[in-house]
Order: sequence, then structure tokens, then C-alpha cells
Amino acid sequence: MSLSVNLSIARTHLLSRKKQSIVAMLGVTFGIAMFILMISFMKGVNQFLEDIMLSATPDIHIYNDVKTDYSYSIAGDYFRDSNTWTIVRHPKPKQINLNIKNPEAILADLKKDPLITAISPLLSTQVFYNYGPVQLNGYIDGVHINEEDRLYSLKDKMIAGSTQNLLTSSDGILIGSGLASKLNVALGDLVTLTTPIGTTMQFRVVGIFTIGIATIDNVKSYVNLSNVQQLLGQNSNYITDINIKLKDNEKATMESGNYLKKYGYKSDDWQTANSSVMASNLIRDVLTYVVSITLLVVAGFGIYNIMNMTIASKMKDIAILKAQGFARKDILQIFLTQSLIIGTMGALTGLLLGFALSYALSRVPFPANNSFVSLKYFPVIFRASYYAFGIFFGVMTTLVAGFMPSLRASRIDPVAILRG
Amino acid sequence: MSEILRTENINKFFYEPDPFQVLTNITFRIQQGEFIALVGKSGSGKSTLLYLLSTLDTDYEGKIFIEGHAVTGLSQDSLAKFRNDHIGFVFQFHFLLPEFSALENVMMPALKLGKYKRNEIEERAFEQLKQMQMQDHARKLSSKLSGGQQQRVAIARALINEPAILMADEPTGNLDSANSEIVMEIFEDICKIKGKTIIMVTHDNDFAKRAFRILELVDGKLMI
Repeated sequence: MSLSVNLSIARTHLLSRKKQSIVAMLGVTFGIAMFILMISFMKGVNQFLEDIMLSATPDIHIYNDVKTDYSYSIAGDYFRDSNTWTIVRHPKPKQINLNIKNPEAILADLKKDPLITAISPLLSTQVFYNYGPVQLNGYIDGVHINEEDRLYSLKDKMIAGSTQNLLTSSDGILIGSGLASKLNVALGDLVTLTTPIGTTMQFRVVGIFTIGIATIDNVKSYVNLSNVQQLLGQNSNYITDINIKLKDNEKATMESGNYLKKYGYKSDDWQTANSSVMASNLIRDVLTYVVSITLLVVAGFGIYNIMNMTIASKMKDIAILKAQGFARKDILQIFLTQSLIIGTMGALTGLLLGFALSYALSRVPFPANNSFVSLKYFPVIFRASYYAFGIFFGVMTTLVAGFMPSLRASRIDPVAILRG
Repeated sequence: MSEILRTENINKFFYEPDPFQVLTNITFRIQQGEFIALVGKSGSGKSTLLYLLSTLDTDYEGKIFIEGHAVTGLSQDSLAKFRNDHIGFVFQFHFLLPEFSALENVMMPALKLGKYKRNEIEERAFEQLKQMQMQDHARKLSSKLSGGQQQRVAIARALINEPAILMADEPTGNLDSANSEIVMEIFEDICKIKGKTIIMVTHDNDFAKRAFRILELVDGKLMI
């Protein structure tokens, strides 16, 4: 009963000064709307960059790193018994192969792992693309194209031809779009490659892809694994890398550690491989929260001021309510309710405004006049948790901002005011 | 007649700006149904005493009993509850809540008490206003009423919870003589017909003489 009296007093106070209430509410509205807009946009950017990154980086990449053991020296062996130091300056490795040994066993073992959705073994090598007398630097990946497709959904990235063409031709090549335009080739044209060991081979363009990252589209091509093995003069189990896609890529760091232990080959997860992108994601997140919290603190001060003004003008009312038998907690409730109503209404309208703004932004075409960035509109993410966080944030701010003035109101000494 | 209010050796000090004893050894009893006028010159401590009796001011030495309850030393919250139930208060300046209608002002203490349902409270509040001849103004905003009308609404509000004691601090102090007369007549009726105890602070000797008993304060001491 007493609660409903307090609420009706709070409501009447708010309605009797609509303008002030609305101004206070708008402070929260803008704070929350900007928070929603910023977090939706920043997370959208993060997501976009992560997607781009993952379209070129496997969740886990297993490879044979150049690493030679110099702790042992044949000179050391020779002088072992005499009382001498043996120092070998600038040792160089002897012929080493960068391939993964016994790949069949590793692949068979990986196939049993339930966390893995796709495995693509590949053989990568640097090549020169011959364009008349000019040689363009680049590299080719020899792959089983269907496996590679499951990793990066290459099918969606083909702008001409198809990935299946690779399976049906013995000398097919899928070529990056930037590279294709540099070499001035189209579907059906021939491309001549030269490897670092001097072998040369001709391929026929059966597809052109665009990943969306210029540094890849300008240099990379795919051919069948056996073609690269042949090009390098290696046998049919010679591979240099194994790329893996996981069901949940957040588990990549943990899994890659396991593989390193299990197989003894260097194993990079996507987060380590792209630590600079991850760092800039973190910076954007921090920026979003800093700006949003600043806006909300400003809104909080607005509420604090308005509540203080209200209470200053309602001293007599507070005294009379106390004389009539309203307790401290009733007064606290009356004024805290007012700031909570302001906060809740402000936060709700803020969510609506935030949604409207982020929706509008997501319909704005991205002003990129090159094809490197595969982005049609500004990237915006709509996620319920941001909105839940926004309303929690808004209500907390007003609760904190309204608490001090309300507490002061509840402590007013009625005698001093009633006696004038 | 039974005793309704008793004080024992009340002493009260003001410390600002200089230490000063306002009330000295105030001891008296009030019977149920009495109409008491508390008089004295300005600064004699009569209003101070009334605020002590009303339980709003708790900073004093001595003891106060109202309807057999020792109110001295109770917590602020239990005093608030006690005031709500047992004491009606009328001030010199009307002190209605300006955003509410006359009827809502009268209803408020009863809604706080929560003894009756809302529609019953509304009926009772309307009945109170009717006794003050204010029924035609029940739905008006209290800030739209004249001073005399506001004071009558304030009296109706003070009576809504059927308190045993009505305390009034210069209830006619801010009114013209016609309205003052109306208020005094209402007070006399409340006392005679309803049997309420009234303690009224006033500096008007004519009105004081209409009370059953006059308590006079001189320099913080009770004259007998």
C-alpha cells in the first residue's frame, strides 16, 4: 500500500515537470544509443576483419619450420678429449627438406579428432609467373581442392570458372583476381610458372578467385597437389603444410599446443598468426567502452543535477511528508523511483534509437572504389547481448546518480524546514 | 478522563550559534479531549515544545509519553509510523503538496497507513472535506486554492487517520480574521463533537482564551 503511494507521488513529481524529466531522460537516451551504435559497429568491424583474416588463415597451421640444431658439431667431436674450446662461427645448414615426414600417419590421426571439421594437406612453393619477359613473384599452393574449399569456402570466392574444373583437368590452375589482371589472362589462357629450382611448367586458367585481400589475390594460385610435387621433383607424399579447420575456432590455441607435442612440428593457431589484428580488435573494444562509459557518466551527472534541483525545490514537501508519517525509506523510495523511471525510460528509448541508428548505418554503402575490400555496406552486428548490456548500464548509471540526492532528501530534518 | 500525553522534565538546548537552553524542566499532563493553547512570547520556546511533542524533533532530555507509549528514544522510522497513526499536524503555512488535488492531499496519510482500501479512503477523505465545507473543491489542485481553503484541507488531512491528538502551530497565523474564525470554530467542533485532544500554539490571546486550558511559556519555563 505504502509502496503504491510512494510510486504515485514519484509519478506526479515527474509529470509535474515534464520538460526537466524529458531532458534528463534524453541524456540517458543518447548515452545508450551511442553505446549501442558504437558497439554494434565496432564489433561489426572486428567481425569483418576476423572473417577476412580467417578466409586466408587456417584455424591451425602445421608446418616444418626451418630450424637446425647447432649444439652438435663434428669439430667438437674431433677435439673432444683435448682440453680445448671448440667454436664454429656462422654454421650453415646442409640440405634440409621442409616437408612433413610421414604425412599419411599424421593425417589419419587428425581425422580421428572430433574437434576438426576439415583438414587440407598442401605443398606450397614460391614461383615466378612469366609475363612475356617479365617475371612476377608469387606462390602456388598444391592442394586437394575439395579439402581446401571446406576450409575457406573457395566456391563462394570464385568470380570466374569453378573449383571443380581443377579436378577434371591435369594442368588446371585457379588464379587470384589481381594476379590474373596483372598477367592479362582470362579463363582458358595459359600461364607459365618457373620454380626456384629452375623447373618450368604451363598451366591453363580454369578459375579466378577473389579472397578480398590484395596481398593474396595478387600473388596466389591453386593447382592440384600432384602438379606441384611434379614441379618440384618430389614424390607423392611430399607435403609442407597441413591446414586445419576446427568446429570452434576459440579452441585453436589449446589444440595447436597439443599438435606440437604430438607431432613435433610447429603449429600456429590463427590468433597467434594474426596477433596484430587481434590487438587492434582489443583496442577498438576498449575504445568503445571508454567512449560509452564517458557518455553515460555525463548523462549520470545530468540526472544527479536534476535530482538535486528537484529535491531543493521539494524541501517543504519532504518535510510535510515526514510530518505526516512518511519514513526515511519512503522518501528515499520516492526520489530513487523518479531517477529509476528516468533511467529506464531513457535506456529503452536509447535502445530503440541505437537500433535505428545502427540499422541506418548498416544500409549505408561502404565508400570503397576498389575491389580489394569486399564490403558493400558498413559492417554492423545486431546482437541481443549488447542491448541487454545497454539497458543494464543505463539503469545502473541512473541508480548511482540518483542515490546520493535521494539519500540527502531522506535525511532532511523536517523541523528546520517547517519552522522556516 | 484518561491521560493522553505526559512529559517529564524536558530540557532542550540549542548549540548554534551559542549554547542556549530553550526549555527548562517542562513537566505536564494532558487529558483526553482537552483543548490546550500553548502561548508565550516570541522566542519563549512554545513552537520548540510543540515540535518535541509531535516527535519530529528528537534532540532533547527528558521523557514524553503519548497514549501510554514512551516515544522518547524510538527510531526515526518507528516515530514516522507512530506520527502517521496517532498525531495530526496543522502548520502555520498550509503546507499542502501543490501537485496534488485537495482530495489526494487528504488521502495521502491514510494511503501511507494502509488500514483501508483505496476507495474507502477516498470516501472518508471526501467526508472529511465535506465537514470542512470543502467538498466542492475536492478535485482542484491544492495550489489553486486560497489560503483559508488550503488550511481547511490541511485540517481534513490531519484528521484522516483519526489521530488522538491534533497539534497545530499557529494555525491562524497566516489567515485573515474571517478565515481564522472559521478555523477556530472547526477546532472547537473537533474537540467537542469528536472528542479529539488539541494542542495549539498561538500568540493570539483572544483565540487562546477559547481553549480549555492555557499553558504559558516564559523564557522556556512553564508558568502555572
